[in-house]
Amino acid sequence: MGEVQGQGYIGQALGVADALATAYFHAMTYRADDPEWEGRDRFYLSIGHYAIALYAALIEAGVLPEDEIPTYGMDDSRMPMSGMAAYTPGMEITGGSLGHGLGIAVGAALGLKRKNNPAFVYNLLSDGELGEGSTWEAVMSAVQWKLDNLIAIVDFNNQQADGPTRDALAVGAEAPKWAAFGWYAQEVDGNDLDALVAAFDNARNHAEAKPRVIICNTKMCKGVPFLEARESNHFIRVEADEWAKALAVLDEGKPL
Amino acid sequence: MTIPTHSRRKSKYDPRSVPEGERLATSAMIASLDSEGRETVSAPFGHALVDLAKTREDIVGLSADLSKYTDLHVFAKAHPDRFYQMGMAEAVLMSAAAGLAREGFTPFATTYAVFASRRAYDFIAMAIAEENLPVKICCALPGLTTGYGPSHQATEDLAIMRGMPNLTVIDPCDAVEIDQATRVIAETPGPVYMRLLRGQVPDVLGRYGYRFQLGKAQTIRDGSDVLFISSGFMTMRVLDAAEALARDGVSCAVLHSPTIKPLDAETIAAEARKGGRLVVTAENHSVTGGLGEAVAGALMRAGVHVPFHQIALPDEYLDAGALPTLHEQYGLSVDSITARVKTWLEG
Repeated sequence: MGEVQGQGYIGQALGVADALATAYFHAMTYRADDPEWEGRDRFYLSIGHYAIALYAALIEAGVLPEDEIPTYGMDDSRMPMSGMAAYTPGMEITGGSLGHGLGIAVGAALGLKRKNNPAFVYNLLSDGELGEGSTWEAVMSAVQWKLDNLIAIVDFNNQQADGPTRDALAVGAEAPKWAAFGWYAQEVDGNDLDALVAAFDNARNHAEAKPRVIICNTKMCKGVPFLEARESNHFIRVEADEWAKALAVLDEGKPL
Repeated sequence: MTIPTHSRRKSKYDPRSVPEGERLATSAMIASLDSEGRETVSAPFGHALVDLAKTREDIVGLSADLSKYTDLHVFAKAHPDRFYQMGMAEAVLMSAAAGLAREGFTPFATTYAVFASRRAYDFIAMAIAEENLPVKICCALPGLTTGYGPSHQATEDLAIMRGMPNLTVIDPCDAVEIDQATRVIAETPGPVYMRLLRGQVPDVLGRYGYRFQLGKAQTIRDGSDVLFISSGFMTMRVLDAAEALARDGVSCAVLHSPTIKPLDAETIAAEARKGGRLVVTAENHSVTGGLGEAVAGALMRAGVHVPFHQIALPDEYLDAGALPTLHEQYGLSVDSITARVKTWLEG
């Protein structure tokens, strides 16, 4: 998809791919042919910018057809550059304005409890969103309402538009910070599948009546060394001749 | 480096300007309009919601630490399991309402108009309105209804909210209309922003046999010299002004337009087109971007060219003080409306 546009949030997508793979192919319950199925676990992508990563997961899961890939980001496509709920099956919320996802997830988790629906609400948010005050309103509210059906996943790649996140606003000690607010917090290598699987299992099975968060320390452009090495990779341009090279490297790392 | 000194708003306070016994005190924090000498109804919004909830399992209420001051406490008391106290946190108030709406509920989210419009705009726009979710945002202290100064006076909320696609914007007049409108918006798909009068709310429209219709402006009183087009509690003020002007031989019509968006441009243009009348809009809101400018735009687009004046609050941060004093000072009182209409007619 990135090749269609030649540029985009490709670094973030590669970084978070392992967490999405764990969510969609290990942890979550859903029906690919019925994305609105009432019993599904909800997946809220507040970082609309990362849509390309979720489209890939939804295609792999069979929610979106593979033959729509070439339409990505084009007129009349169901896959706009930033995630929009009205456009895409499986895209539950319209993200992009950061600091919204976790608050909406709080409301959905309250709603599911009202309906005695045992589904989980997952919210993938970014480290940059931890700078948004609204995220912390939601963090506190989730504890207040004992939302044990809410699982936040923070993609901590330490990269936002103007530079490193740690130089901006959301400074360090992430898991202890969330734990201090009353969450069941885990911090893992977000590119280690075994660690992710264990963390998602722990999050779902945790016994206390509190919301859960998995801080995923990820590497931008993970899996493509020549892209990983780029200095500025918030919004990257990949040259036409580099795509085949990147795909070959990724395929090499694919487990058989 | 030279840093310039900014010119700031200067206090108008002069302790010697008004004799001791004649100065009004700022009333309770939440000033009400029950000093009009009319019958009042207690907490019409809260009671309407309690009534609705009897048959509507999907209705839930949310507040950001202001349930007692938006009349939602009546609902909270009757249905504690359907009331969500979100704390002093307007962003999550709106976002969580969106999440509940996504799961099939009809949330009534309440706070003050200043906080919903100024602070929570992005959350209403992107989490609620962009997805056309049925969240009903009901907000107390609209316009100049408290003497607590600009921190609590939502003098520009209609201008702000009119800019939001999908959002229906309502400025009801009195207890009768708040009761009816609450029921109507609960049945209406999509998001709504409704201004609330809370506490002891006057009954004004009861004696006119009025029934609220979403998106409709309705003639409350007919007249041949002046056509008032008004919303909110200013309809009660122009009705009083019309009585006063009638005693001086001036005949005034009152067209009440509680739905600010979508505006009933058709009825407004048709009434204005009747001709021979001075058109005067009256609203509890800044002159900028509220009912008056919405009406002016509608008339221009319809090709109706008539003498036109706006009664509205000035485009400035207002003073703190007692409500009757402020209404007189900023031109919302019956006396000031009457005097200005006479001047315009003589004009």
